[in-house]
Amino acid sequence: MAYTEEELKKELETKEYEYGFYTDIESDTFPVGLNEEIVIAISKKKEEPEWMTQWRLEAFKAWKQMEEPEWANVKYKKPDFQAISYYSAPNSKPKYNSLDEVDPELLDTFKRLGISLDEQKKLAGVAVDIVMDSVSVATTFKKTLAEKGIIFCSISEAIKEHPELVKKYIGTVVPQKDNFYAALNSAVFSDGSFCYIPKGVRCPMELSTYFRINQAGTGQFERTLVIADEGSYVSYLEGCTAPSRDENQLHAAVVELIALDDAEIKYSTVQNWFPGDKEGKGGVFNFVTKRGICHKNSKISWTQVETGSAVTWKYPSCILKGDNSIGEFYSIAVTNNYQQADTGTKMIHLGKNTRSTIISKGISAGKSQNSYRGLVQVNSRAENARNFSQCDSLLMGNECGAHTFPYIEVKNKTAQIEHEATTSKIGEDQIFYCNQRGIDTEKAIALIVNGFSKEVLNKLPMEFAVEAQKLLEISLEGSVG
Amino acid sequence: MDLKDKLISSFMAFENKVDVEHPVHDIRSEAFKNFEEKGFPTKKEEAWKYTSLKNLQKIDFSIFPKEVDALENKQVKKYFLQEIDTYKIVFVDGIYSSFLSETTHDGVDICLMSAALTKPMYKPIIEVYFNKVASKDESLTSLNTAFSREGAFIYIPKNKMPKKPVEIVHFSTGNEASLMLQPRNLIVAEENAELQVIERHQSLTSNEVLTNVVTEIFAAENAIIDYYKIQNDLKTASMIDNTYINQKSNSVVKVHTFSFGGKLTRNNLNFYQNGEHIDSTMKGVTILGDKQHVDHHTLVHHIEPNCESHQDYKGIYGENSTGVFNGKIIVDKIAQKTNAFQQNNNILISDKATINTKPQLEIFADDVKCSHGCTIGQLDEDALFYLQSRGIPKKEARALLMYAFANNVLESVRISELKTSINRLIAEKLGVRLGFDL
Repeated sequence: MAYTEEELKKELETKEYEYGFYTDIESDTFPVGLNEEIVIAISKKKEEPEWMTQWRLEAFKAWKQMEEPEWANVKYKKPDFQAISYYSAPNSKPKYNSLDEVDPELLDTFKRLGISLDEQKKLAGVAVDIVMDSVSVATTFKKTLAEKGIIFCSISEAIKEHPELVKKYIGTVVPQKDNFYAALNSAVFSDGSFCYIPKGVRCPMELSTYFRINQAGTGQFERTLVIADEGSYVSYLEGCTAPSRDENQLHAAVVELIALDDAEIKYSTVQNWFPGDKEGKGGVFNFVTKRGICHKNSKISWTQVETGSAVTWKYPSCILKGDNSIGEFYSIAVTNNYQQADTGTKMIHLGKNTRSTIISKGISAGKSQNSYRGLVQVNSRAENARNFSQCDSLLMGNECGAHTFPYIEVKNKTAQIEHEATTSKIGEDQIFYCNQRGIDTEKAIALIVNGFSKEVLNKLPMEFAVEAQKLLEISLEGSVG
Repeated sequence: MDLKDKLISSFMAFENKVDVEHPVHDIRSEAFKNFEEKGFPTKKEEAWKYTSLKNLQKIDFSIFPKEVDALENKQVKKYFLQEIDTYKIVFVDGIYSSFLSETTHDGVDICLMSAALTKPMYKPIIEVYFNKVASKDESLTSLNTAFSREGAFIYIPKNKMPKKPVEIVHFSTGNEASLMLQPRNLIVAEENAELQVIERHQSLTSNEVLTNVVTEIFAAENAIIDYYKIQNDLKTASMIDNTYINQKSNSVVKVHTFSFGGKLTRNNLNFYQNGEHIDSTMKGVTILGDKQHVDHHTLVHHIEPNCESHQDYKGIYGENSTGVFNGKIIVDKIAQKTNAFQQNNNILISDKATINTKPQLEIFADDVKCSHGCTIGQLDEDALFYLQSRGIPKKEARALLMYAFANNVLESVRISELKTSINRLIAEKLGVRLGFDL
């Protein structure tokens, strides 16, 4: 008998998180709670210079004055910030030079996630800086990159070895006081990635980091800083999966991108954190601040595939400061069961002839709520600014919701802005059309969903396509062919 | 003393003027408490993010105007529709002018709110409808409810239709240095009734006026209501318009808003669809210059299945003007087969003009067709050149293109005399002498 939408729905609902396992690695964990001592202790632990400690304390001071934002279209029990341990690092130090030295149990985790290091090394030419509970465990291909003058390392390493770069750029795009979670992150970030591409260099491979939350009760506070110097190019990938856990885990990352004149940064994310079970119990809270600044003739492109997390609160943004700069945002957000996502982008046009494109696809199933929230702002000096936005929502089942909150603020008469949003379900006529041509219902749904998100999937780098597809399948298995 | 304190202290004086034993007064007191608690909305509230009432609150408005001498007909004749006969409900400084009005009780009731609130024969209608759809939460609506005493009252019984359209006109004479008006209108169309209403607010001198008007409209099964709002007031007049519409099955309600004048105008237009196969339409043309500010805030709440809503707002913004469009569509879980469309197109013709738009969809049902589109752009240079190459001067060519841009909205105006009158207003606003009835 043909596969119906109801069956797909049922399957989606009963589908458990496949990657929900827990690796037992001894961790070096701080006591729970947050105060100045903890902030100083984190800084000390990372062997950071004095200015960094001060920078963290400044952020902490600001954070104490701030209140948790409530404007997002999500409902959740607010995390107790004093019940979280702010630092945990895998115990097996020092760092390894080759894969053989890595804890076999850890390697096994990666294998089960389908991202085995050795395989990837050979297959895709991807250098992987793996972050397991906040500390870089292995970095590969570092040598190849070093030859080109590219710096790709953990941010704590960068603070020690390239303090002048970090000092110059950190907090310039997302200031410490930017928002509640950014301030928290600035105070307690444990690790993250740092990347610097020198002038005129085209990074020969896709850079990628896998983030993973693994220790019970630890929040993850990543800090990523990518700097593309004049005329350079880099494609950066970020992928996430996390083991099943009953309590809510907090993730408050900050990503800063700096594209100097004529540079281009492509930042792709696949996010598949534990979304909570069928009853909506557990799951990761994902409160992320991502922002990039474009100087003259530069380009920043964000691509994201969001399938996980119980609550997502994420707006990768572009500040188009330089003339002729370009910002792009391509997103697929899939929510199922009790997941809630409030995601979108901000395009701030400051320079002349700046252009931005927003393509956002939301798929809601089960009892989930999926919101697009975006801002397109054209300032009075941004002559000939151009924006195209498209937000499409697909609803599966009648208990989910799709919402759009686009803000458009224009102060220049030469601006050209287009915004379109549609909400629909998979039409019976569409399925009938396919059936009529001998395509069964299952395939038809697959085709339609695939076609719906194709525009965004196509933007993912080749090397990431396999991973992305795998992660999408978890949420929409049987419908993505 | 700021405006809020003044209003609070005026409420006691107001209570001396009305019958506090009347059941409506309980509604007033309740609403007053809500306003006292909430006060004027600030920019911190999401719904008022782009519109500030701060400066208005600094003005020392008179709440109770003195009675003025009757206006001469010729003074105000030009503000009424010329070529067509209409019923008229006219207020001067908030007080009913029987001399300028033409009301009726012949089969339908086209008269005054004050009569409806005091005469026993209207008591059943007031009990069923008064303050039933207006928000009890929104502070400015509550403020109006608290001071509700005068306004237009229209009641169309089953299967009736008034012989001619109804004009509701509010004049302010400038007799007071600054005046605050709070008219309250109630419009009820019973089953199969039909009605056309034109509402206009006009100040006659450049003294400050603030109007906080609430209109409640009830359309029963199969009722058809056309409501036209003409906002072409002087640059010293500000208005907060709160319109609440409750529709039952198969009813059709269309609201057209033409915003050309005024200093600050906020239009809160709320549709609630309590039935199936309802059609709600809201359209607007906004043409602004100077430092004018117009904020269109629409809400369509699809509560039952198989309904439609159409929104089409066109805006042309020049000089230092600011336009805001915030359209919200809510589709409830059971409101399957809803078709909701929203369109907002804007042209900026000056470097200092600003447009803030936020079309919003909140959808909880899966079998729906909902879309919104929003554009901001300029006049097409090629089209302009085409017209110029055929001997049409630049200014007129631009006006023609802008008129064409707004024409979608004008097309659905069903009173042709009104259309002509609006065409004239547009020509005046664009500074050209064209008829546009090409």
